[in-house]
Amino acid sequence: MDELLVPFAYDYMFKAMWVSALVGGVCAFLSAYLMLKGWSLMGDALAHSVVPGVAVAYAIKVPYALGAFVAGLLAALGMAFVRHQTRLREDAIIGLVFTTFFAAGLLLVSLNPTSVNVQTIIFGNILGISDEDALQVVIISVVSFVILFLKWKDLMVVFFDESHARSIGLPTGALKVLFFTLLSACTVAALQTVGACLVIAMVVTPGATAYLLCDRFDRLLIVSVTIGAATSFIGAYLSYFIDGATGGVIVTLQTLLFIVTFYLAPKHGVWAARRRATAAGASVSAREVP
Amino acid sequence: MADTAVLERSDVPGPAALPVVDTSIEVGVKVDNVSVIYPNGHVGLSDASFELGGGTICALVGINGSGKSTLFKAIMGFVAPSQGRVLLGGLSPRDAMKRNLVAYVPQSEEVDWNFPVSVEDVVMMGRYGYMGFMRIPSSRDRTKVAEALDRVSMTAYSERQIGELSGGQKKRVFLARALAQESPIILLDEPFTGVDVKTETAIIELMRLLRAGGHMLLVSTHNLGSVPDFCDQVVLIKRTVLAAGPTREVFTQANLEEAFGGVLRHFRLDGSSLHDDDDARGVTVLTDDERPLVFYGNHEPLSREDSDQKPRKDPVDTAKGGSDG
Repeated sequence: MDELLVPFAYDYMFKAMWVSALVGGVCAFLSAYLMLKGWSLMGDALAHSVVPGVAVAYAIKVPYALGAFVAGLLAALGMAFVRHQTRLREDAIIGLVFTTFFAAGLLLVSLNPTSVNVQTIIFGNILGISDEDALQVVIISVVSFVILFLKWKDLMVVFFDESHARSIGLPTGALKVLFFTLLSACTVAALQTVGACLVIAMVVTPGATAYLLCDRFDRLLIVSVTIGAATSFIGAYLSYFIDGATGGVIVTLQTLLFIVTFYLAPKHGVWAARRRATAAGASVSAREVP
Repeated sequence: MADTAVLERSDVPGPAALPVVDTSIEVGVKVDNVSVIYPNGHVGLSDASFELGGGTICALVGINGSGKSTLFKAIMGFVAPSQGRVLLGGLSPRDAMKRNLVAYVPQSEEVDWNFPVSVEDVVMMGRYGYMGFMRIPSSRDRTKVAEALDRVSMTAYSERQIGELSGGQKKRVFLARALAQESPIILLDEPFTGVDVKTETAIIELMRLLRAGGHMLLVSTHNLGSVPDFCDQVVLIKRTVLAAGPTREVFTQANLEEAFGGVLRHFRLDGSSLHDDDDARGVTVLTDDERPLVFYGNHEPLSREDSDQKPRKDPVDTAKGGSDG
């Protein structure tokens, strides 16, 4: 029994679990919006786009979160710009922009190989996070949380019906920029916990799972944030025992939860759909009996 | 969702009081020599001008791609005119929106019906402009939402997710949102696409009530046959405003043929196929796949046929596209 409490005895584990939970929660908040708009791949794109920012930040010795954030923001604005100016489809634009940034990042790293630990960027390193980096992550997450908590309804209207959002006087352009700024910031924070490869899961899976469970947006947010925070906390905790990559454990947990929901969700799950189909079939055949 | 889609429909309007515009507000739309050129060089609209006041239902009529959507976007301030200006109640679109002067009822195709919001949530969005920083509804907001839902007879469905409604009910939810918004100017984009005749009649009835209360309604529609029935003004559009004014003067066969330029299906019956005697008058039927518009006689605009009794398909809301890019 005492063995199960061991992770709590270590400062670094304690820190890792709480920071992971915070980041997981705020990414899950954003996932509710991204997934509904069909912009899920934006998270993946941003995570890969930050690599050149990180490389440059190391080269000129500024905080690596800052470099990553600037690169992520540039990528997001780049995508918005191309979308506005052409009739290319969303997926093509995302693919174009993020591969450009990622390629530039790899090129920079290969030209200046000693500066960056690519491993850290791609797989995350929450167990070994420094106090300064942890503080950066906490500040990003808390500020994002507060803004989202205050403005979640305005963002919901913009995502649901932009014409209406405009007709009630909302600054739709500014709110979208705000959203993508938050997304960039949280992507950078999540790099620390799960790494660039798995950030996409953090900003998709909790929202997707909650969507199968909820028909109201406020409840969807609560469920999504709870899933994101809980899986991240437990994932970090478990990674102590199985000695596995924290990111891998967190995302595996989120996926397991999704699979369970996918089958068992009371209204939108596979089972419920089958039950309804069977019931409908039964009532039809009952009526056919003279 | 077939189990919930077929629901009993009750009649609009409900018992709530007549929605009346505050007389201190100047109601009106002025489109003054507006041209819109998109970034890709496409000309959406050129030199369009017309003016409308309160207590009006105006039809916006033109083929797909004639600039109806562009005009709506210009009025909403979504696109900035490269020339000319739009004034709403004497204000720029931006200022007018801040004062809740304009409500917009979107086409069904524009709405994400899978979005996790209930009927009540959507109608409450109409009140956001009256709420504070965090959009927490007051008791007045709740009352207005309840009244609007009652007005379109959707109170019983207020907890439903919007995708679980029939085509006509979906339309009514967004009408209720416009009612809750209490805007004197209401833009309706293809309100009759995908609704049955009964709902269409109910929507028209509601629009008449709003007109009587001093509202200004601008309705884009393909439904030519209904236009003389409920619109007192018409704006004919084909990249520019071809004609604008009272229905009787503008909605003529010659004008419509110019606006639609052979796109409409056009039937003419005269001579021996129509009359047994030497009557020179003929019947012209113009239709854009909705209720047909019928002219009878010597090119005079006549009253439309009583098409309510004609059987009409009730297309599923997703099956029919009516957007004009």
